[in-house]
Amino acid sequence: MGKRVGMEVSIAIAEAACQANVDVVAAYPITPQTHIVEHLSELVADGHLDAEFVPVESEHSAMSVCIGSSAAGARTFTSTSSQGLALMNEVVYIASSLRLPIVMVVANRSLSAPLSIWNDHSDAMSVRDTGWIQVFMENGQEAYDHVFWAYRVGEDRRVLTPVMIHIDGFILSHMVESLELVDDEIVKKYLPPFEPIHRLHPDKPVTMGAFALPELYTEAKKAQDEALKASWPVILQGWKEWGDLTGRYYRPVETYNLDGAEVALVTMGSMGETACEAADRMRAQGKRVGVVKIRLWRPFPFQEIRKALQGVKVAVVFDRCISFGGQGGPVASEVRAALYGESPRPRVVNFIGGLAGRDVSPGDFQNMVQEALSREDDRQENYKIYGVRE
Amino acid sequence: MSEIKAFGPKNLPLEEFFAPGHRACQGCAEVLALRLALKALGKDTIVANATGCMEIISTPLPTTSWMVPYIHVGFENAAAVCSGIEAGLKALMRKARLPRKEIHCVAVAGDGGTADIGLQALSGALERGHDMVYICLDNEAYMNTGIQRSSSTPYGAMTTTSPPGRLSFGQSTQKKNVAEIAVAHGIPYVATACPSYPWDLMKKVQKAALVQGPAYVHILSVCPTGWRSQPEESIELGKLAVASRIFPLYEVENGQYRFVPKPPKKIPVSEYLKRQGRFRHLTDSMIEEIQRNVDEQFRRLEAKVRISQEASSQEPQE
Repeated sequence: MGKRVGMEVSIAIAEAACQANVDVVAAYPITPQTHIVEHLSELVADGHLDAEFVPVESEHSAMSVCIGSSAAGARTFTSTSSQGLALMNEVVYIASSLRLPIVMVVANRSLSAPLSIWNDHSDAMSVRDTGWIQVFMENGQEAYDHVFWAYRVGEDRRVLTPVMIHIDGFILSHMVESLELVDDEIVKKYLPPFEPIHRLHPDKPVTMGAFALPELYTEAKKAQDEALKASWPVILQGWKEWGDLTGRYYRPVETYNLDGAEVALVTMGSMGETACEAADRMRAQGKRVGVVKIRLWRPFPFQEIRKALQGVKVAVVFDRCISFGGQGGPVASEVRAALYGESPRPRVVNFIGGLAGRDVSPGDFQNMVQEALSREDDRQENYKIYGVRE
Repeated sequence: MSEIKAFGPKNLPLEEFFAPGHRACQGCAEVLALRLALKALGKDTIVANATGCMEIISTPLPTTSWMVPYIHVGFENAAAVCSGIEAGLKALMRKARLPRKEIHCVAVAGDGGTADIGLQALSGALERGHDMVYICLDNEAYMNTGIQRSSSTPYGAMTTTSPPGRLSFGQSTQKKNVAEIAVAHGIPYVATACPSYPWDLMKKVQKAALVQGPAYVHILSVCPTGWRSQPEESIELGKLAVASRIFPLYEVENGQYRFVPKPPKKIPVSEYLKRQGRFRHLTDSMIEEIQRNVDEQFRRLEAKVRISQEASSQEPQE
């Protein structure tokens, strides 16, 4: 099996991209993503990874280079954060619409203004509807494992869709964690070489990126939506086979201590571990609290969410992004929508917090549960921004 | 560089790589330039095209005019996409995942996609040294969106966003010289061309494709729709642009300037301006001002050519 090492998560992600034998890396420096591409450029410089490292002049060009190289049939990797993701937004849509299986790791960070380099999910939510498969990672091991999974799923000919791996900036990206790295033999078994259906090559000329009149645009978008939904079995298969090879099995939604739970804390990303700690403390006090952790963000696991929250009285959804003047947190909005047709239907109470690196402790989660149980009006516009200094 | 050949009516490649039936306007010299450029490049070419006239006339789903592999991504990123294709092919060939083959990676964009919104991506790609050709098809305004001014629109020209009025005389700024910006990157080859000189255009594009590293070709492309000129005069207008020195033809090889072809007999710039409705409002004094500026710019270019000649004549002979 693999070897256990203490390693910074960013370095582990770069090592995974190296083991996946990527052909092209294009990236622009932005905190807190930098360690990932710095290490990749070292791996290329030392000859450990045979790839073109394209040090572009902006994130917009980073994704544009990725689109070009992926269209040429090369396995392509990039990474960004925050303003960088916002700058490349236009082309993030085009990458998925052209069905190019690029893998991008986003070290999640808040958006300006005020300028902040610290972690929340504002950047991720700005690309929510771009048509990429998206996962949120709880720890470094997941982040490392999912680089292989992302290529395996994205490059599958039934899918051909780019994959975004979200890791919490600093909290995960700069964390030194005990990780198990897999042997190259496992990667070889798990991840076949990228063989695109179409590529830009003179042997078989194709036109990519045509324009569509109103008579055809809707059809093109329906095809894309169906393709993303159809990735579901490939996603599950990818996780199952990874589990069979490594013993680490993943699911769209993880649950923790939900048996007989009255309250479920719902989280996404690294906050899941904190929520579990809070749930343990509350269980010890005799309170029936469990945790639901969303790993797969797109396509959204509606069924799994309904199943996980069945029988729960209150779902306390913790968001790390604000939708200004709207429904509050994007995760709560999705969870609420998933439960709308259910009967009986759990109450959904939405807290927004942990913005721009503001610490959220197990005690904070305990406070939220307390408050949620005493709240009377939990309609969606009554979300609460937790821990504001007033 | 021995593979470079002169093109002429007797050896014009018959094979077409840009199919007819596209939606370009009558008298569009831009699509003519594109067709000639593709003939010079040949079939082993991949094109990354910016949003613009050439993209919109050629690819209404599910049809295409492109007989070579083609990708359109956005308005501002043709250079970046092209550099990605080049990087991808390079890696795949080195790793023996694709058979080795010389493939020309070519970015094609208009003047808006080059001089304005795409300038950063262009500069990045040139600076990084990708083996690629960037072709700017310059029709001197945003024609595809309805003739708005760009930084490549010439001084005095009327566009829909530089209209002459009681307080305005049209475009109030001088045309940005992107060819010189490309030269400043120290790339091996930069040229200006015009489809009114088809053999010269083809030779320059071919040369651009054969040099190692980035090459930039700036092609003046007469646009009857935007210039308010007669469609049947497009070829002649291009010749007048060159003869009047408002758009001189030259190439810069490894930093050395040369007039290619030899500049034709000089004509007053008014001969060029008066054929176009976009300059109809200009007064005599403004035309004189434009003439002075054209002369000044040309003098500077001549000086660069002269210095290049002196430098090459001082090189030790073998």
